[in-house]
Amino acid sequence: MKMVKSTLAILTTAAVLGVSGFAHAGATLDAVKKKGFVQCGISDGLPGFSYAEAGGKYAGLDVDVCRAVAAAVFGDAEKVRYSPLTAKERFTALQSGEIDILSRNTTWTSSRDAGMGMNFIGVTYYDGVGFLVNKKLGVSSAKELDGATICIQAGTTTELNVSDYFRSNGMKYTPITYDRSDESAKSLEAGRCDVLTSDQSQLYAQRIKLANPDDYVVLPEVISKEPLGPAVRRGDDEWFAIAKWSLFAMIGAEELGVTSANVEEMAKNAKNPDVARLLGAEGNFGNDLKLPKDWAVKIVKQVGNYGEVFERNVGMGSALKIKRGLNAQWNNGGILYAPPVR
Amino acid sequence: MSTHTFKPDLPPPNRSIGAWAWMRANLFSSVFNTLLTLLALYLVWLLVPPMIKWAFLDATFRGTERSDCTPGGACWVFIKMRFGQFMYGFYPPELRWRVDLTLLLAIVGTVPLFIKAMPRKAIYGIAFLIIYPVVAWVLLHGGVLGLDAVPTSRWGGLTLTLVIASVGIAGALPLGIFLALGRRSEMPAVRVLCVTFIEFWRGIPLITVLFMSSVMLPLFLPEGMSFDKLLRALIGVILFQSAYIAEVVRGGLQAIPKGQYEAASAMGLGYWRAMGLVILPQALKLVIPGIVNTFIALFKDTSLVIIIGLFDLLNSLHQATVDPVWLGMSTEGYVFGALIYWAFCFGMSQYSQRLERRLDTSHRS
Repeated sequence: MKMVKSTLAILTTAAVLGVSGFAHAGATLDAVKKKGFVQCGISDGLPGFSYAEAGGKYAGLDVDVCRAVAAAVFGDAEKVRYSPLTAKERFTALQSGEIDILSRNTTWTSSRDAGMGMNFIGVTYYDGVGFLVNKKLGVSSAKELDGATICIQAGTTTELNVSDYFRSNGMKYTPITYDRSDESAKSLEAGRCDVLTSDQSQLYAQRIKLANPDDYVVLPEVISKEPLGPAVRRGDDEWFAIAKWSLFAMIGAEELGVTSANVEEMAKNAKNPDVARLLGAEGNFGNDLKLPKDWAVKIVKQVGNYGEVFERNVGMGSALKIKRGLNAQWNNGGILYAPPVR
Repeated sequence: MSTHTFKPDLPPPNRSIGAWAWMRANLFSSVFNTLLTLLALYLVWLLVPPMIKWAFLDATFRGTERSDCTPGGACWVFIKMRFGQFMYGFYPPELRWRVDLTLLLAIVGTVPLFIKAMPRKAIYGIAFLIIYPVVAWVLLHGGVLGLDAVPTSRWGGLTLTLVIASVGIAGALPLGIFLALGRRSEMPAVRVLCVTFIEFWRGIPLITVLFMSSVMLPLFLPEGMSFDKLLRALIGVILFQSAYIAEVVRGGLQAIPKGQYEAASAMGLGYWRAMGLVILPQALKLVIPGIVNTFIALFKDTSLVIIIGLFDLLNSLHQATVDPVWLGMSTEGYVFGALIYWAFCFGMSQYSQRLERRLDTSHRS
């Protein structure tokens, strides 16, 4: 999502000029430890993913990933500094070493993974382009949208996805393109369009903006794959592993039933060997990652397991009220699956 | 012999004075004007009552939460709850007094400059211009004298807008004056340099300058080395606006009659003294409207830093509207932002008019 051609061009230029120097293995961890904080690239404001709370503290799903990495490295989730980045700036910021980790609802695609000098550490949210419609239309599936007027947010791949979807289903539509999400929400409300389309995670945020959110419904169809994930600079495998396993620890902890409330208790007397290994009660798997033994305990204690993070930021505990769907554990109807710690 | 006493003058007929006559003369003087007046009245009636209803009558002022707000009216609770962030950005709340103090010092420090009888005003002014930025930097950024450091990435809101605007103005004006002088210089190298500089910066949009400074520049720097984002923006704004100021000032220089230059030479003044004592004081006075116009544009252009992820007033407003708790409050936010921008720009415009009147030596009459 939010693929920007010019970024590609810039990065190509950079590569040709040989300025996108790659870090040596281990350099990032040392540098991070030396400066005492993780520099984390986040969005310039996206409901549920990264936004500033009243006190000026950042919160959101993307923010919590960075906090987890800081908890693993320093044992303190607060040792993070944030760089709010626009969609166009984000890759340069990672490449040039301005940030240590990019956690900015970025879709994992082949061109970004292979061509932009970065490595995605996993998926934090399985998203996709969806539709928000007025209940009055009586539509229950996207297949019934033939002839609809659709409000689309400009500058994202949404336009392409919608066009592909309608063409492959032999349906017609009239697009109205908007630059900002506020405008498209107002437009839907005023009836200028029948349908509002965007990433499904953002449709829930758009819905709250409407005067009567209950009159609108997000259709079940998702017409594109948008796996959102954080990324680190390519070339530093050690830092890559730390970031990757910080995320896996959160996902794995949920599967094993470890929560921020019971993690210390479970670390002391873990009966399940998987839990014992994850929490460092058995073996010392943090050592391989160059992390302290109780790295996962710190993450879960201070940030929470994936389920807690999800519910707090975008799920039922938040204003957005997004259902888990694909983002549930593999044994619970979703596709989240963390490799084991052992 | 009887003296003739004049009767007192009768008041003019009602039809030629008072509100009624004014209306007849200005609003209903012809059929066409009457139609226009009625149309305008209709538009006012159409627009103003709903606005007042939204902004005041149906609006919610009290409370602390979104749920306190009644639907249909403005929710000023949102502005109230986020006010600190709009003013100071992410500046640590317990250190906000430092921002207040910086602003207070600026106001107190400039007061003597407005007192007409103040002796040695020029020396004071120059001293203020040299000392104040240092004091402001120490106060805002800290890190020395036992003050906690607040990195520029935490500056935001109106504070950041004012910092960018004032540094931009303070930097662009002198640079612009030198460029204007350089462009009229008789030394070819200086002239070519200044013309190139001015035409280059005037030929590209500010948004490109900001974008280049934050996207391209880091790629050409060695890894790990990064310029402060705010500094990049400030340099971009100063260079960009100085080109505009230069052209405005050049307009003023061209309006000064040749006799003034010759008179200055005849007095035995060298180039710098002739410029500083004779030409520039007259030229700058002439172009006050143009300079202030550029400054007002600069003040509003600061909102473009949104493109490089700095949280000025406008971006802070935007940032607050994406907090899930306050989603959908963008109208209130933007109305509030517009009021603040308007107040500052109107203030600048009023000040410039006062300055024009005070410096007026009536060459025109």
